[in-house]
Amino acid sequence: MVMKIDRDVGRFKQIVKGKIRQNLRKYITHGEMIGRKGKDLVSIPLPQLDVPHFKYGKNGRGGVGQGDGEVGQQVAPGENDPNGTGKAGGDPGEHVLEVDVTLDELAAILGDELKLPRIEPKGKANVIDDKVKYTSVRKSGPESLRHFRRTYTQALKRQLTEGTYVPNNPRVVPIKDDRRYRSWEAVPEPVANAVIIYMMDVSGSMTDEQKEVVRTEAFWIDTWLKSQYTGLERRYIIHDAAAKEVDEHTFYHTRESGGTRISSAYKVCKELLDKQFNAAEWNIYVFQFSDGDNWGDDNRRSLEMLTNDILPKTNQFCYGQVESPYGSGEYLKVLEDIYGREHEKLVLSNIEDRDGIYESIKTFLGKGR
Amino acid sequence: MAVTHNFRGLNEELRAIQLQMEEHARSYGLDMFTTVYEVVDAEQLSAVAAYGGFPTRYPHWRFGMEYEQLQKGYSYGLQKIYELVINNDPCYAYLLASNGITDHKLVMAHVCGHCDFFKNNAWFAHTNRHMIDEIANHGNRIRDYMDRFGVEEVETFIDACLSLEDLIDVHLPFIRRRDETKGYAFGGHKEDEDNEEEKQRELEQAAGTRFASKGYMDSFVNPKEAMAAEKKLRKEAASKKESRYPLEPQKDVLLFLLEHAQLKPWQVDVLSIIRDEAYYFAPQGQTKIMNEGWATYWHSTIMTRHGIAPSDLVCYADHCAGTLAGSRTRLNPYKLGVELYRDIEDRWNRGAFGEEYDNCDDWEAKRRWNKPTGKGREKIFEVRRVHNDLTFIDTYLTYDFCREHKLFSFGYNPENEAYEIESRQFQEVKERLLFNLTNMGRPLIYVRDANYKNRGELFLEHRFGGVELQSNYAQDTLAALFKLWKRPVHIETNLENETVVMSFDGKEHTSETHVSMAAT
Repeated sequence: MVMKIDRDVGRFKQIVKGKIRQNLRKYITHGEMIGRKGKDLVSIPLPQLDVPHFKYGKNGRGGVGQGDGEVGQQVAPGENDPNGTGKAGGDPGEHVLEVDVTLDELAAILGDELKLPRIEPKGKANVIDDKVKYTSVRKSGPESLRHFRRTYTQALKRQLTEGTYVPNNPRVVPIKDDRRYRSWEAVPEPVANAVIIYMMDVSGSMTDEQKEVVRTEAFWIDTWLKSQYTGLERRYIIHDAAAKEVDEHTFYHTRESGGTRISSAYKVCKELLDKQFNAAEWNIYVFQFSDGDNWGDDNRRSLEMLTNDILPKTNQFCYGQVESPYGSGEYLKVLEDIYGREHEKLVLSNIEDRDGIYESIKTFLGKGR
Repeated sequence: MAVTHNFRGLNEELRAIQLQMEEHARSYGLDMFTTVYEVVDAEQLSAVAAYGGFPTRYPHWRFGMEYEQLQKGYSYGLQKIYELVINNDPCYAYLLASNGITDHKLVMAHVCGHCDFFKNNAWFAHTNRHMIDEIANHGNRIRDYMDRFGVEEVETFIDACLSLEDLIDVHLPFIRRRDETKGYAFGGHKEDEDNEEEKQRELEQAAGTRFASKGYMDSFVNPKEAMAAEKKLRKEAASKKESRYPLEPQKDVLLFLLEHAQLKPWQVDVLSIIRDEAYYFAPQGQTKIMNEGWATYWHSTIMTRHGIAPSDLVCYADHCAGTLAGSRTRLNPYKLGVELYRDIEDRWNRGAFGEEYDNCDDWEAKRRWNKPTGKGREKIFEVRRVHNDLTFIDTYLTYDFCREHKLFSFGYNPENEAYEIESRQFQEVKERLLFNLTNMGRPLIYVRDANYKNRGELFLEHRFGGVELQSNYAQDTLAALFKLWKRPVHIETNLENETVVMSFDGKEHTSETHVSMAAT
């Protein structure tokens, strides 16, 4: 059910994100609600926006409370306005965990700017996306959506009841109230079959920090895709010198070390595609994350496999390379030399550090690709 | 986007409970509007609550913000809206579908209290009882303007209006502060004649008061110099009066802007919508404690005497405890209200009021005071009819009550950057409470001059009562005011013991220490 409130919520979130109404941003307070999850207290972020009005300053605030306590005893810390919405919860000194609840929200924030590119109607359609359908009629709207027949029917009805309709001279003139406009609804609709394959380098040349970066990026892409496209298939491959397919949990939690042979991952990927995901029936997206360090003689093999076996089958192949103090970062250059920056299917991205993650995701999934 | 309200009405079981609860309520003398219940799920309830009870309200981001807060609070089990009643004839009330039967019973009994309060409390007497239709109408109009002039344009204007939303005169519906605007007096010359006569009379008066006297005494009874001096004084007073507009400071700033600001027709309409809704919601802000207290009094009376089966008891008690739970930083209006009503009922039942009681110095005697009058019930009905929160607390909050309920006042201590308990003295606690209720806790702002410095600038005054305005907020509110007035705007207030005029001319904020007119 589409509720009217959704529109207002969307509008509010846009303001909070600073997309519209920049002038209001300074009034956003990042309040929180304190909730309880098992033993722990969790903080639920609750941005609030206060429209400025004439109000009393701090020396006027305060109020009347109820309970025990000596004169001079503190009842609330200063930054919380006790009359405000932030509920002071828990006893002082208790540890409060941050967030842990806003994945959906963050995914939604990403969602406005990202899109699964080049998706084509293939297969028996498991992936469900929102489609706009013009299903109803309302009384206001842009003139381009005016519904002529309904407008005239309405005018006719009105004239009949008013008695201004003359059957011999049937002139029907709509007035403003008669106008009807087409209106839409977002209808979830199956669009296609799609599979996402993640490949990650967990070799020794990747430091913990780098693994963290690629994991974070993979995690966000994954979270976003999950929230946006229901019915998406996802597969995970990790590799060092050898590769294997793993489940989601292992993918995010493994710590391994060893050499790097990218071709091993490609091999697993190829097998996966051959066995389970026929390119005629599936939209295939591959994300590969690495520090770009590969065993010298492996590059040739890898590129061969990529060109012959993987690229032709995929809708898009994304390669994200995290900058490394140890590794050569060579692989990105190799790919760039061969395919160029503007390849139709191959998207390259260099992730400098944590702050680069968002830009990188935008490179991969940015709208308009 | 399609709008769907698939609210459900009551099923047979709930319908029977409603009838039963209303019958009990009527038997105690409650007098309600017909009540229409809608059963909704939690999301719908949050949405309706975010819209202030009106699902058809105009679109605005702040309703979205409210909704987020309510819905998050509900999802994480931190808060729950049990009921929502709208002051309308018929009353609309929303029930949460997932509630148990005991909760439904309790909520319905509670709603009876609210309905009775809406219908009978004097402060609601002038509210629009067909607000449901009116608000839907407002919604359509604003949506229409958004389609025509753009969402951004209209919303920005609404925001500016909202900054000034509380600058209304809550007493206005009850007092005729001036003659109704006459509009065009077609064909009625009589009025003009009246005016002529009046002018003549004024002219004569302006010439000075001439006492009757015999001719030879005239220069002594009405000496020339005195007459001249008086004439001069009157003239000055008259010109001073005319030089200022409005003649008297006007508290309904919104009305003043509606009538005098240079606004486009759609902006006038939007502003009038904001003002109408502000007036409609004002009594609810003014009677929060009384209204909730009254409803709580009646749900507990009805439920404990008739409503609960033994199996419901724990559920009822749990709910009640939740509703009445106190907090150290916020007085629970339910709790304070119901306890005050009970206190009043008890005092009037045993005759513990009036001069004799007040003058009695013996605490023990006062405590045991018993001159049975049995007037308690009657008294609280009277209280609910005539009071608002401010007068309610002022009249009935007593020393004993304050002590018994461990009330204290707290305030901000800049040294420790924290809110601290300030006092447990009855007078101070009560003063603080009354201060927070006066003008609903907002500063008193008046329009003093619409032609300040003879340059068409708007001059507001803040009637200073010892507490300063928050200056960054005041600046931005002035900016919002400028958007409507379109000429420089000023507000006279008090900062650090000096009279200060804060100004905004569309580009920059200035403030200057100013010798107030009153002081000269």
